[in-house]
Amino acid sequence: MSVARFWRKIPQRYNLIGTRCESCGRYYFPPRTFCPSCRRNGKIIEYQFTGTGKVITYTVVRAASEQFEYATPYVLAIVEFDEGPRLTAQIVCNPDEVYIGMKVKKVFRRIGTDGKSGVIHYGTKFIPA
Amino acid sequence: MKEVAVIGLGCTTFGEKWNDSFRDLFIEAGVLALEDANLSGEQIDALFVGNMSAGRFVEQEHIGALIADYAGLAIRHIPSTRVEAACASGGLAFRQAFTAVASGMADIVVAAGVEKMTDVAPGQTVDTLAGAADREWEGFVGATFPSLYAMIANDYMHRYPLTREQLAQVAVKNHYNGARNPIAQFQQEITIDTVVSSSLVADPLRLFDCSPITDGAAAVILAPLELAREFTDTPVKVLASGQASDTIALHDRRDISTLDATVEAARRAFRQAGLSQQDIDLIEVHDCFTIAELCAIEDLGFCAKGEAGKLTEEGVTAFDGDLPVNTSGGLKACGHPVGATGIKQIYEIVKQLRGEAGKRQVEARIGMTHNVGGTGATVVVHIFGVT
Repeated sequence: MSVARFWRKIPQRYNLIGTRCESCGRYYFPPRTFCPSCRRNGKIIEYQFTGTGKVITYTVVRAASEQFEYATPYVLAIVEFDEGPRLTAQIVCNPDEVYIGMKVKKVFRRIGTDGKSGVIHYGTKFIPA
Repeated sequence: MKEVAVIGLGCTTFGEKWNDSFRDLFIEAGVLALEDANLSGEQIDALFVGNMSAGRFVEQEHIGALIADYAGLAIRHIPSTRVEAACASGGLAFRQAFTAVASGMADIVVAAGVEKMTDVAPGQTVDTLAGAADREWEGFVGATFPSLYAMIANDYMHRYPLTREQLAQVAVKNHYNGARNPIAQFQQEITIDTVVSSSLVADPLRLFDCSPITDGAAAVILAPLELAREFTDTPVKVLASGQASDTIALHDRRDISTLDATVEAARRAFRQAGLSQQDIDLIEVHDCFTIAELCAIEDLGFCAKGEAGKLTEEGVTAFDGDLPVNTSGGLKACGHPVGATGIKQIYEIVKQLRGEAGKRQVEARIGMTHNVGGTGATVVVHIFGVT
């Protein structure tokens, strides 16, 4: 991932800046700049998610792509924010510890690196709340 | 709309084909299809080719032109179009070809699919395939394809009574069928123990729950039904074509373990054909992972949600069952060259309907194919019938 491509999403990846549609009240994370529900009648504003939620489903990744081999085995989950939207994220916990319905909260962590000399990607993971 | 038939078929063997280049693969499949339809190149009006990622697998884009060139069709300057919808590229290429013939824009049209996956290291293959999901918000945080389907499996097993053995039976059944298919990548039977003792890839999915990395190509030729008998004694009619989309990311779906795009594509196809599930004699479904086959059987409407594991265990979906599923061996045993898979599914159904499926022949007059892109963001369904 190029530096610019990572850099432009820093607010979203570091601080969970998503969006909300003032027309229908729906929250979006990952952020959307076009409300799929209201379409042209939508009015999108920024919204910072509280970062608390629960595990909807999960897996333990044992075989990863090259960039994530260092981290195996790692817990990957779909997390539902208290505000409603869902995202895919790693859970920092023992693989035996995670379960469906587990309460989690955001933490700032290293996600990966772009090769040996590329930028270090930081972002949001979750820990048991 | 004109009625459309499949008049020719060709498919390479599937596997790790170190001796064959990307170009060798599609030429082999194309020539086989032309021979089967007793056609020469002069009669071809257009070509559609499904291919997911030649750009990353063999560093070649502009696949439509490349194939027309190497097929000797660039001399005649025929329109040639690449179609991409990740693992549904093949099924979607067929749909474009069907649309071209049905509309009257073209008569003789080739629908092909090709993928050369083993010219890069496995780690890069895994990363390329992850591009079929949401790169920014799934791949970026470490989601692989098996891990996304593993999350579907865990959600499913949390809500429905599916046992590990029932899930494994999907792979056992598909290997049984693959062992009877001369083009299959894996032509050997396995047991439930083979699956449950294989290494974990992403819990609960193990190595034998996953389709392999495969090289291969397939091609079929379409024509207006009214012209079909000029080329073949056994034209197979395209009864319906259904396509649907859904969110690119799994986490944005209404229901994690239901592929709404499958539900909708099937509904559209059944309506177009004026048929229902009871009319279908066999299906080829997109079993990129064992759990995906169970979701497909349910979401296509052949049983209620949560029941496909039991049907599989009882042998209903076996080769000699009431609803044979994946007589080719499926993606699991026949192999999964992603862009070619959708065409290979059609190849299998047409072979079956013509009565040319050899050791895996079943009694069938109407068959269905189900091709999925990503975790269900694109689904293409086709229904075929004997004439």
